[in-house]
This record gives sequence, C-alpha cells and structure tokens, in this order.
Amino acid sequence: MLIETKSLAKFYGLNPVLRGIDLQIPAGQAVGLLGSNGAGKTTLLRLLSTLTAPTAGSVTIAGYDLTSQAHAIRPLLGVVSHKPLLYDTFNAVENLKFYADLYNVTNYADRIGDLLEQVGLTAYAAQPIRTYSRGMQQRLAVARALLHAPQILLLDEPFTGLDQQAAQLLEEILLDAKQHGITILLSTHQLERAQRLIDRVVLLKKGKVDRDVSITDLDSLTAYFNAAVSA
Amino acid sequence: MNLRALFALVRKDLLHEYRSREIVIAMLVFAFLVMVIFNFALELNKTIRETVAVGVLWVTFVFAATLGLNRVFAAESDQTSLDGLLLAPIDRTIIFAAKFISTLIFVVLVQLIIVPLFSMFYSINLFDPLFLLTLFLGTVGYVIVGTLIAALALKSRSREILLPILLLPVSIPLMLAVVKAGKNILEGAEWALVRPGFSFVVAFDVIFIAVAIMTFDYLLED
Amino acid sequence: MKAPKSLTYLTYAAIIGFLVTLYMMFFYAPREVLMGEVQRIFYQHVAFGWWFSVAFAVTLLAGIMYLITRDLKWDRWAVAGAEVGIIFTLLNIASGSIWGKPAWNTWWTWDPRLTTATITLLLYIAYLMLRQSIESPTTRARFAAVYGIVSFISVPLTIFAIRIWRTIHPVVIGSGDPTAEGSFNMTQPMLITMLAHMALFGLIFAALLWHRYQLETEAAEVADLKTQLLLQS
Repeated sequence: MLIETKSLAKFYGLNPVLRGIDLQIPAGQAVGLLGSNGAGKTTLLRLLSTLTAPTAGSVTIAGYDLTSQAHAIRPLLGVVSHKPLLYDTFNAVENLKFYADLYNVTNYADRIGDLLEQVGLTAYAAQPIRTYSRGMQQRLAVARALLHAPQILLLDEPFTGLDQQAAQLLEEILLDAKQHGITILLSTHQLERAQRLIDRVVLLKKGKVDRDVSITDLDSLTAYFNAAVSA
Repeated sequence: MNLRALFALVRKDLLHEYRSREIVIAMLVFAFLVMVIFNFALELNKTIRETVAVGVLWVTFVFAATLGLNRVFAAESDQTSLDGLLLAPIDRTIIFAAKFISTLIFVVLVQLIIVPLFSMFYSINLFDPLFLLTLFLGTVGYVIVGTLIAALALKSRSREILLPILLLPVSIPLMLAVVKAGKNILEGAEWALVRPGFSFVVAFDVIFIAVAIMTFDYLLED
Repeated sequence: MKAPKSLTYLTYAAIIGFLVTLYMMFFYAPREVLMGEVQRIFYQHVAFGWWFSVAFAVTLLAGIMYLITRDLKWDRWAVAGAEVGIIFTLLNIASGSIWGKPAWNTWWTWDPRLTTATITLLLYIAYLMLRQSIESPTTRARFAAVYGIVSFISVPLTIFAIRIWRTIHPVVIGSGDPTAEGSFNMTQPMLITMLAHMALFGLIFAALLWHRYQLETEAAEVADLKTQLLLQS
C-alpha cells in the first residue's frame, strides 16, 4: 500500500474533525474523497500532506511514518490546496523557478517549459499571477504540484470555482498524470466532474468513512451521495 | 545546509518587496515620524540632544523594525499561509534563516537612510566605524529575536498586538547595552569603557542565534 | 477526582509554616535600629524574591520536558510555575517598595534589582498573554515552552545588562559594599528569621504550585471526558 492510515483522528480543541479513519490506497489508484462541508475532507488532505499532525492514529506513506519521517515523504507529494500557493507579484516562470529551487529540481528550465505547455499557460508565462483568472491560477497550481515529479497528488476541491472549459482542461491534465502512474487523491463535492478520473470513492460523513466503493457501483452511489449531501 | 533553497527564499522575499513595496517604505516613513516626534516630545535643545541621541535613534529603529517584523510572516501567510514553504522538503531552520536575512536587509536599508538624516536633524556625527558596527550587531540581535517571536505570534489571535508585547521585554537588555556602548563610543571613551556593552551585544546575538536554531522547528509544526 | 492526600498535608504544612513566619517576623526578630518596624517586611521580601526565581525555573524546565516528551502534564506544571511566579514577583516588588520608602526615602527607584524584577514580571505576563491567544492545547504548549525558554534566558541577560548602571540596592549577604544605602548589619536572630522565611515560604510555594497544577489537571480531565462523549456520539 502506498498510503495507509490507521484509526486516524484529528481534533481541533474539543471538536473532532476526523474520528478514526482506516484507509488503504495502492499505488496508481485515483480516489475521490466525497462528503458534505465539514465532513473532514480538507483536514484529511492536510494530514496526508504533512501540514498538520494527527491527534491519534498513524499514517504511513511509501513506508515512511508521517509524523517522524515527514522529510522523506514531502518530496513524494504534490499538493493543490484551496489557495494556489503562488506569489501574486511573480509571473508563472518565476513562481515555478522558486519552487524548483525549494524542491531542488535539476534542469528546471526545460521542465517549466514543458509544464506550462501542458497546462496551456505558455502564452501568459510572463504575466504576474494577480492578472490570472481563477482557472489559470488553478492550472498553474497543478503545474507547481507536478514540478518535482511527485508520486502522489493531493488535491483539495480542484474543480471548485472553475468554468466548464477550465474544469475540462484540468481534468485532462489530471488524466494525463494518472496515465503516468501518479496516485491521486482528490476531494470534491461534484461527483460527476470527477467520475472519468477516479476509480474509487470514499464518502466521509462527520469525520468517519461512511462508504468506500469502487466506481463501477456508480449509479447507486450517485443516488446515495445526493441523498447524503442533501440530507 | 541547503544553500539553493536559502538563496531562493531570500531572493523571493526581496523581489516580492521590490515589486509590492509593502514593508521598507512603511518602516522608513514610520522611523522618520518617530524621529520628528521625539524631537518635540523631549523638547530637544543642543545639549539634551547629545545625551539622548543614541537612545532616540535606537528606539526609532526598534519601533520601525517591529512594524516590519509584523509583516515578514504576514505577507507569507496572506498569500500562501506558509503552506507552500512547509510542503517543500527543506529544513525549517532554512525558512527561519531566510526570514531573518530578508528582514535584516530591510531594516539595514532603512538604517542606511535614517542614520544620515538623524545625523543631520540632531546635528550629531554618527559616522564612527565602531558605532556603526555596534548598531549593526544590535540590529542583528533584535532581528533574530524578532523573527523568532514573529513566528511565535503567527498562530495567535491578535498577532499584531501580541508581537511587541512579547518582543520588547526580551530586547530590553540588548537595548541597554547598545545604547550604553553607543553613547560611550560617541563620547570618545576608551575601549575599556566601551567593551562591556559591546561584548554583551555580541553575546546576545550568539545566544539567541543558538536559541532560535534549537527552537524554531517547534514553531512550524501544526 | 479528589486531590491527592499528600497535597492536603502539604497545604496544612504551608498554613502552619506561614503562621510561624508571621510570628518570627513580628515577635522573634528584633527591631532594626535605623529603619524601625517597617524593616520586618524585608524577610518576606527576600523569600518572595528567592521563590519566584524557582517558580520561573519550573516553567522553563517543564517547557523543555514538554518539548521532549509531548506530554501535556508538563505544560500544566509550566503554567502553574508562571502564575505562582507572577504573584510572588508582584509581592516581591510590592514588599520591596514598602521597605524602600524608609530605606531609600522613595517608593520606587530604577535600581537594578527592581528593574530586573519589573522586566521579569513583564516577560511572564507576556507569557500568559501568549498562552491565552492560542486555541489549540498542543500548539499552546509548544509555543509557550519556546517563549518560556526565551524569557528565562532574558532574566540573567537583563541582570548583566543593568550591571552597567550603578546599584543602590543593599547587598545583604556576603561581602557587599558597606556604604550601600539601606544596608544593615544582620544579627543572629535576624539571620535565623530570614532563613526560616526562605525555607517555610518554600512550603507555601510548593502548595500553591501543586494546587494550580491539580486544577489544570482536573480541567484537562473534564475536557477529555467531553471529547470521549463526542467521539461516541
């Protein structure tokens, strides 16, 4: 198993956000993390991305323990969060170059060129990020996450706030990443948008795994999910 | 030591500041204001000016630097909540070192402009190499403690209010030593009189660099 | 949860100890010739001064222990140390001020030890303010531990830095400057009274510290029970 969590729990003060999550994700799988607001999706992704420490339970990623060996896990992860994690006075190349230095990416000039091509931002590469639309920022954020060739992509609501076209473009990029064997874990509340991409759905409810099914079971899941979200 | 990451971080801060002009201009204007206000608040005539000059100069920098320190991590946390840096496979100490270096550069930039102005307005010659060295070492100490405490205040509610309350009592001994040594230097006192204050400033720098390196890791976990 | 038996005994011992020190202060110790009755407060002053340092040392060591073990019980000792320390520092400054009036003919001087005590007080008030402004118990414990280390280092640094200025504080023990204003020669009963105060105030200090820790522990247990209840729901 590439990612394995055991009775993972996270409390903010007295408020339990995650209450015992047991998940096993093999390499190459694309998992959709579903659930209504406050179900714990973002917290689970922040835990897996080493940004926050669990209150109880354990996580291993590629055999490394999350809390004690975070430094070994970080290079394996590409993370796209709510915020694009980009500097708005910098242009696309400067932003990517900065992260290339942090991740010690060699040969970064070619790599940055390829990635900008892939996310369709070559024409805008010299513009500062603050002039970008939400969709363009999101694509650049994905390029940033892919820069150091991670094994795992963690994406928090990547489709939120994107128009149809931008969402489609993002989907293509993620499908391509999946083709290259990257394990993907993404949270979303729009199942339809992600269904071409993901093989498996984990439904969180009040900080616990409510359903964990493969995507073949989709019809019943959609009905269930809609009921669960609207309830 | 990952020098590539360190340079990238410092370069990023400087370039961001060069384009947004958030910190240095504000510190400069504020320092200038403090300087002018002190002149009236203390009703400075020529003799009083000479006795209080070093103290006023140092207080000016302390206030201005505190203003800047409030923004070092804040600029980061508005745009990226620091997450971009924390996700990267780099030592937390490098993030601290980079923030320390960028802040020090900002404060020294302000000093390069304020010190000549101060000399002029308070008609006192501050261009003594030893005096400037003492001032620089004092600044290093203040920025080290300041960067550490800015990181401490980062996660708290009311960050802007808390920073000076946490920082000023810790920096009082530094202030005493810098002012004492600086005054002795400007009065042309012999080295024996200057030395205790000067050595204290050096010791303060060394002690807090060590404390910062040992404790900074703990401040960036969640 | 009930307080441990030994804490109850300690509390009684502290109360008795305090009554003993009061007796010694007012009746056993002789009247000082130059300063008169008010000099008697000196015994408490010295005892508070000694034990507040110990209190802040408790905060420092407990903070370090928390960073090593990540056990929140150390954080509870740390906050207990800081709070008891602040009260003792306040009493130390207040009693010093009362004693200073006849000795130096002023309530307040910027004498090195007064200044140091005041800065120490500011440092630990800042420590409590930092604690208060952080929600998460683990983050609070971690950040407070770091600031506890920084504060504790600041105290000797302040003392060193202030040495540059001339002292008028009497050096009571050892071969101090005999010309320092407000110093006096201690007679045997005075010395015994002082040492008794130092020792017996240790009981009061320990009892207060332990009670404060006990209170924190019980609050933590209540929080824990609430969490478990939420987990089951």
